[in-house]
Amino acid sequence: MTRDLFAELAWLPEPPEDISAQCRAVAGLAEPGAVIRQLASYALDANELTRIAKAIGRARADERPLAPLVPFRLGLLGNGTLDLLVPALVATAARYGIALECTQADYGQTVQEALDVSSRINRAAPDAVLLALDYRALPLRISPGATDAGIEAAINHLATIRAGFREHSGAIPIVQTLAPPPEALFGSFDRVALGTCRRVLDDFNRALVETVRQGGDVLLDVAAIAETVGLAQWHSPAQWNLAKLPFADEYVPLYAEHVARLIAALCGKSRRCLILDLDNTVWGGVIGDDGLDGIRLAQGDATGEAHLAVQRLALDLRERGIVLAVSSKNDDEVARLAFQGHPEMLLREHHIAVFQANWNDKATNISAIAEELSLGLDAMVLLDDNPAERSLVRRLLPQVAVPELPPDPALYARTLAAAGYFESVAFSDEDRERAKFYQDNARRVTLQKSAVDLASYLESLQMEIIFQPFDKTGRARIAQLINKSNQFNLTTRRYTEAEIAEVQQDQTAFTLQIRLIDTFGDNGMISVVICRLRSAGVWEIDTWLMSCRVLGRQVESMVLREVLHQARRRGIDLIIGQYRPSQRNDMVRDHYAKLGFRLIKEGPDGSEWEIGTNAIVPEAPMRVRRIEAGLVAV
Amino acid sequence: MNDADIYVKLTPIFHSVFDDEDIVVTPQLTADDVNGWDSLTHIRLMLSVQKAFNVRFAAADIVGLKNVEDLVRLIREKA
Repeated sequence: MTRDLFAELAWLPEPPEDISAQCRAVAGLAEPGAVIRQLASYALDANELTRIAKAIGRARADERPLAPLVPFRLGLLGNGTLDLLVPALVATAARYGIALECTQADYGQTVQEALDVSSRINRAAPDAVLLALDYRALPLRISPGATDAGIEAAINHLATIRAGFREHSGAIPIVQTLAPPPEALFGSFDRVALGTCRRVLDDFNRALVETVRQGGDVLLDVAAIAETVGLAQWHSPAQWNLAKLPFADEYVPLYAEHVARLIAALCGKSRRCLILDLDNTVWGGVIGDDGLDGIRLAQGDATGEAHLAVQRLALDLRERGIVLAVSSKNDDEVARLAFQGHPEMLLREHHIAVFQANWNDKATNISAIAEELSLGLDAMVLLDDNPAERSLVRRLLPQVAVPELPPDPALYARTLAAAGYFESVAFSDEDRERAKFYQDNARRVTLQKSAVDLASYLESLQMEIIFQPFDKTGRARIAQLINKSNQFNLTTRRYTEAEIAEVQQDQTAFTLQIRLIDTFGDNGMISVVICRLRSAGVWEIDTWLMSCRVLGRQVESMVLREVLHQARRRGIDLIIGQYRPSQRNDMVRDHYAKLGFRLIKEGPDGSEWEIGTNAIVPEAPMRVRRIEAGLVAV
Repeated sequence: MNDADIYVKLTPIFHSVFDDEDIVVTPQLTADDVNGWDSLTHIRLMLSVQKAFNVRFAAADIVGLKNVEDLVRLIREKA
């Protein structure tokens, strides 16, 4: 089922099944801060947020330290029931690395709380005060035809409250725009007629924003949040009547998320660098396989336009001071080709501060980018269409924000924007200059040896590899891979379906179609091997190719183990492998060397390698399943 | 949906709202029997139930509930 982007915070990963057990386990931890932050990073509903808030409360009561969460005190007052909100705020703040303490005013006591030095909120000396007031709370005169709606009086009323808190507690006031209720009086004319609710709230919001622009308080644009999800969804008359909930409870997680972003921005915790994957993120398709002309970026092509929207958002972010970087599994030259030569590309090399296109794991590359830019990992966001890459980075570098993405690239840009990683409470000249400071180099950073623990990650994928000889069912996909794969392709020999049927019938040949299943699902057929009998007891690997999606999973080792195993069963002693360079397969130049083959010949047409069939090849962490089609003796 | 199905579906909701996996949801269960079932958690319970069963309760429906049996009847009527 598709998750609702806003109500369900669909950019956050879904919580694991045992989230309640994990929350309970927090009670046993001496220093629970990091675990709490990790648990809060899932897309949680109001009940789950409440559970995390309780865990935080218990840790506080036991005086267990919450570091690395940073303390922040928030005063909270409003004209509705805020009790459901408080636990959601506390838990959501932990998502942003903040240990939030909320002090709530008594119901309806707005002005008294602000002006009385010894009020509950002023005594708590909060860092900020959230004035969670909606349109019912202010002295506005909403009456059709009224020429003076009392906007100035309402703004002054708020100014008194804001000044009171500033003076008596030193807190920064956070004020809200007002979300208009959806009930219209005239219809479209409501926005024109003086004194209608819509008109008055529009005017009020404009006046309020102006005071913020001049005065330096912080704005929570509730009107924008409500309009984004729909005013009729936001306002629930039933819930207001029943429990004085100021907006529908479904949006409590979203509201809390927006408040937490503001607090994080006030604490200087906003993210500052967007790292882009390339294939199927910045453009449609795989440039190494589809070529410069084959990637989809054109105006008028739905897929192309979706990816252009990602580029446009990235450029807009850059304009406001967000640093752009690239981390892609590609040959550096091939990846840069699109930036240099594709007419539809909006992003160019001079927009990119660090450009990492190589075949190393992304965690290592992201660490290198962070170091090169002198930014912390907690300033980084990775946008990547591949769920396995996202999971790897989340696991190995939990500080990096990695949004989940829906299957349709048309929603990539919206999802990234909705995640609000770059929330900010100001926009300075310095921000504007920052892009220039980083521009022009698209530099490549030399990687240190991988510092990350890939082994445990591979274990966690619970991979199963399935080996099967060619058969009729798989033939179309085999033909597609043979004719389309360019990068991980040792010989780049193309065959028709008829020729593939022929080799399947050939009693002296050995074929493999290989599938890979992991925790993310079935990757489908990801590799193809054809061995032909060269001479008595000797096989030559005619074709060996693999989808780049499963690079770094040690699939190659497992395929070689299988080839050796099957060769021994058939009385073969020696395997010959060839590397035939094409324009695009540089990444497998050292393929055979890495697997322990011995070089026997090298020339302009490539190289030839050999390995004995009793060679030992290390096993990778995956289960092996064989589907055999009757053993044929050679 | 029959009553047995409703009880099965209610159980994890009670566990989640009251943060107590030991609650056994029976027809006679009332707010007095459950630790932490105050007016606020009652609202959370009602909101969670409406969401899980995809039903809408009016204020008048909720005010009249005496025990879980009443709640189950209400869900059955609205579903």
